[in-house]
Amino acid sequence: MKSAVIVFPGSNCDRDLAVALETVTGRKPAMVWHKDSELPDGTEFIGIPGGFSYGDYLRSGAMAARSPIMRAVRDAADRGVPVIGICNGFQVLTEAGLLHGALMRNSGLQYICRPVKVSVENSQTLFTNGYEQGEELLIPIAHHDGNYQADGEALDRLEGEGRVVFRYGEECNGSARSIAGIVNPNGNVLGMMPHPERAFEPAHGCTDGRRLFEGLLQTVA
Amino acid sequence: MKARVFITLKNGVLDPQGKAIHHALEGLGFSGVNDVRAGKMIELDLADGTSDAEIEEMCRKLLANTVIENFRIERLENA
Repeated sequence: MKSAVIVFPGSNCDRDLAVALETVTGRKPAMVWHKDSELPDGTEFIGIPGGFSYGDYLRSGAMAARSPIMRAVRDAADRGVPVIGICNGFQVLTEAGLLHGALMRNSGLQYICRPVKVSVENSQTLFTNGYEQGEELLIPIAHHDGNYQADGEALDRLEGEGRVVFRYGEECNGSARSIAGIVNPNGNVLGMMPHPERAFEPAHGCTDGRRLFEGLLQTVA
Repeated sequence: MKARVFITLKNGVLDPQGKAIHHALEGLGFSGVNDVRAGKMIELDLADGTSDAEIEEMCRKLLANTVIENFRIERLENA
């Protein structure tokens, strides 16, 4: 699988994501700078990493969502190329309009950095076929703005269409309906606040994130 | 020509920062504050003749996230 990781000024999980992708696919991902306007030919998977792109200026992910490479990411997503946005990447995808809703300041106003319980609400997506439906995972979160909000009608639609992919199994950031991750209507764009790439190797303390990448490889390859 | 853009959270959108400010005001002994909503103000120095429509487009495309925020434009004609 030919993958690409987008790098913004302030990204800090790009290398972790690259290690996870290389380990699973056996192939180094292309690290694509935000000022580039094109993705490498034949890119089959795009990862938008965590971090603090542009120092979270204006709103988390707002500047990154308007950077030149995002036009190419949008075109690829429209063609059905799987895209995952993790943490800041999720914020970038909502700001870019590729996913609905917004990630607001955590309800407790604190930056939260700890492993949390996350349940798999839909194991039938491109990204989650390595998991059992309803399975409870332990995956770290590390964010200040992870409080997912959308209007009630949109939340009902997300739930009704099976697009809530991950839900927190414990109270952490105040997200509406404890939403931790969602997909777009086509199911090829996933945004999630928990960091699967940080729950990948035994040294991380838990490895529940690894099957996301393994499942994805099976679907794409 | 200058314009100011006031960005505020839509009604019904939770505002944890406003809530924290509210608590802090109460902690300082200011009673009678019913609610606090925090927003931001962005001042633009614009070429003369910039139209309202252009400023609105700036707001919609970048300055405000219209999923959760409202914006209001105020022109300062003599600035």
